Amino acid sequence: MASGIKDKVVILGMGCSKFGERWDASPSDLMVEAFEECIQDAGIEREQIEAAWFGAGIDAFNVGSSAMPLAIALRLNYIPVTKVENMCATGTEAFRGAVYAVASGACDIALALGVEKLKDTGYGGLPQRTRGLENDMYWPNLSAPGAFAQLASGYRAKHHLNRDDLKRAMAHVSVKSHANGVKNPKAHLQREISEEQAIGAPYIAEPIGLFDCCGVSDGSACAIVTTPELARSLGKQDLVSVKALQLAVSNGTESSHDSWDGSYLKTTRIASQRAYDEAGIGKPREEITMTEVHDCFSITELVTMEDLQLADEGKGVNAVLDGNFDAEGSNPCQIDGGLKCFGHPIGASGLRMIYENYLQLQGRAGARQLDSPRMGLNHNLGGFPHQNICSISIVGPLN
Amino acid sequence: MSGIRAYGAYIPRARLAKQAMVEANAWFDASLKSLGKGERAMCNWDEDSITMAVEAGRDCLQALGELAPSALYLASTTLPFLDRQNSVVVAEALNLTPGLRSMDVTGSQRAGSSALISLLERSWQGDDFGLLVASEHRRSKAGSRSEMLWGDGAAALAIGDDELIAELLGVETLAVDFVDHYRGEESEFNYDWEERWVRDEGFMKSVPAAVNRLLERCDSSSDLIKHFILPTEQARTPAAVAKRLGIDPAAVVDNQLTTVGVVGAAQSILLLIKALETASPGELVLLLGFGQGVDALLLRATERINDFKAVRGLSGSLARRREEQNYNKFLSFNNLVQRDVGKRGEVDKQTYLSGYNRRKDLLTGFLGGKCRECGTEQIPREKYCVNPDCQALDSQDKHSFANKTGTVATWTADRLTFDWNPPAYFGMVQFDGGGKLMMDFTEVEEGKLDSGSRVSVHFRVRQFDSQRGFRKYFWKAIPLEQASAEGEA
Repeated sequence: MASGIKDKVVILGMGCSKFGERWDASPSDLMVEAFEECIQDAGIEREQIEAAWFGAGIDAFNVGSSAMPLAIALRLNYIPVTKVENMCATGTEAFRGAVYAVASGACDIALALGVEKLKDTGYGGLPQRTRGLENDMYWPNLSAPGAFAQLASGYRAKHHLNRDDLKRAMAHVSVKSHANGVKNPKAHLQREISEEQAIGAPYIAEPIGLFDCCGVSDGSACAIVTTPELARSLGKQDLVSVKALQLAVSNGTESSHDSWDGSYLKTTRIASQRAYDEAGIGKPREEITMTEVHDCFSITELVTMEDLQLADEGKGVNAVLDGNFDAEGSNPCQIDGGLKCFGHPIGASGLRMIYENYLQLQGRAGARQLDSPRMGLNHNLGGFPHQNICSISIVGPLN
Repeated sequence: MSGIRAYGAYIPRARLAKQAMVEANAWFDASLKSLGKGERAMCNWDEDSITMAVEAGRDCLQALGELAPSALYLASTTLPFLDRQNSVVVAEALNLTPGLRSMDVTGSQRAGSSALISLLERSWQGDDFGLLVASEHRRSKAGSRSEMLWGDGAAALAIGDDELIAELLGVETLAVDFVDHYRGEESEFNYDWEERWVRDEGFMKSVPAAVNRLLERCDSSSDLIKHFILPTEQARTPAAVAKRLGIDPAAVVDNQLTTVGVVGAAQSILLLIKALETASPGELVLLLGFGQGVDALLLRATERINDFKAVRGLSGSLARRREEQNYNKFLSFNNLVQRDVGKRGEVDKQTYLSGYNRRKDLLTGFLGGKCRECGTEQIPREKYCVNPDCQALDSQDKHSFANKTGTVATWTADRLTFDWNPPAYFGMVQFDGGGKLMMDFTEVEEGKLDSGSRVSVHFRVRQFDSQRGFRKYFWKAIPLEQASAEGEA
């Protein structure tokens, strides 16, 4: 019987670049920016890193294929480096690789780094790209907002919601994240917006408007992980450990079988329950202090709150409007500003989320610091509501 | 005795108001004002001669109770492929047997009537029958009279020797290289000669010559003709020819210049359907095709004509319409203006033919699977059954979803992605009887689609690969009724 990942691996250091329209920076520049902060935080030498996992999402507009871009950018010492790509869960996948390597005993210190350069496409939004030779022949030419707008229509139909009420709750999700982002110097978007602005913004994909969409930006984030024993021997205190690391990947049931109605994210429900079990969490609403979830679109965050059991099914609108996920609420969400304000450089996002929880748990989150946080949950969702990859990681103080 | 067993038709929903065309172009050619009445049928961006042929063919086959023809001839002068048999694409979209006799008949405005003659002259027995589909999507120069007078559409006939609604009495043909217009292999558009000359030296001479020989051969006379079909965009010519032949002017079948427009090589077949929709048993129909000569056919409606029930037919196709006032859309959809499609429209659209060939059942036939173990219907058909409680290997029989209806589970109107007619509507369709698919919608009217809307599926153009001259087809959902999305709970 597997014992799970809980408390087997700790975070030795983390780094995160400034996110934004980084016209000045190449992918290598972004990697180095995140890495330099990370290795200084870890307090080790580059030569002590024994293996690395490199997350990058969209090869064509980023660094190209293979793990070499990371090895070259950081001048790694001919160590094993693995390139991972799993859509929007890519950053967390890199983290998972490094954590599992340390947990297995194959190495003591491992690096995970994610990077994405989205602003070299020449247009707004995520790059238009192939979905594979066969899928391209019959899939709708759906944009990311078009894909997640499906969730809004499915959710609204299932719960017989008034469109305006849902739109107002979606607006609140974005207003809250913008309010948080103002306090984060590394966020791409650092300004408040009003509910009226969000509701009145131009439509991108009905009912998703401009302010229901996360930003599009360049960025990189990085983690160095090790064993608790080694971290202590390096003199580290207030250790943050990995409590759970789960992944659920759609197998076609949602997209082709009648059992799924389009109103929720099946993978999130499965991965989060597994993660709660792995971390020994029985009452998520009481035990999860903060969440960084995949708010690619406001509706995704709203539905995710239900799928994570942080709101009752069909009651996400009320929970959002009651302020449960605001900075002062019962379960603050996107305290760093989320994808909404950081944008979503695909390979980096998962690690950027963990970075925020890491800072919060160490009391280093500055103006946005929460009072005595305990458990932080990170959620990535790659793909489309009907076919996706969900990653969940939970971090907390090492017991 | 051979003849017509059934018919089907398809007219694109969009009907472009001719007044809008006049307003856009009369500054250049004031004579267009005289053509400003009514409307013309206009293909959506995702329709062409193949997709319309599939629609007309389905309409005809459904009227026959899904019997399968042993031959399919596709007549058109605007086939999307010059070297790839278009009729076989239509046949596969209709899920017809590969043992089919098929061919494209093209190169003349007589293509429809000549293909009809050819099928009528084949020997049929019992249930065996041939399907003729004539379909046309003609391009014409912006601001031309042709643009005002032509229309897009398709017509289908089932031709056999049994259970006939109209029987053939005789055929006469005339092959004369009279060049009223032409389109060379390097030309995009037709080039034509003066109307009056075409009327006097073409129609008025060759049609009477062919008709008189036909009537003599059939031992019939012109005063017995109840339906006189002469396809032409010349408004007064059919009546003038009828008069010269001694045919009752009331017998002239209207060329629909102010409702559909002249549908090229499909016009004679479409007008035959128009005649059959009103014909009584025993009535004679004289059908002509004109182009480098004349085809002349004499048909007689049988007793069965009273019992025949078209599924949609021409009258049903005419009734199902959507008014279009935007002439710019017409220009865009017909590639008559270089529209800025944005960077998202620049993505390479190559079709990988070997991969396409593996998925042809799905892409062209819209075939999914039905599991022999658990009965679950699913699309696409993969190796393992999708039912989580089954997941049997290689357990699915091919199962057509083309004639299924379904319900919209999720949807959106996407303004970010590239589409020739934004916003792009797509969503998850839950099919009746099981199976679901995320698919494109088309023909959606703004504000009239929601979860719960009922849809049917239709063969349409999915993408143009302008770099390589290819086009991809797939099936799209169309709301059965454009139900109001107002009054949400």
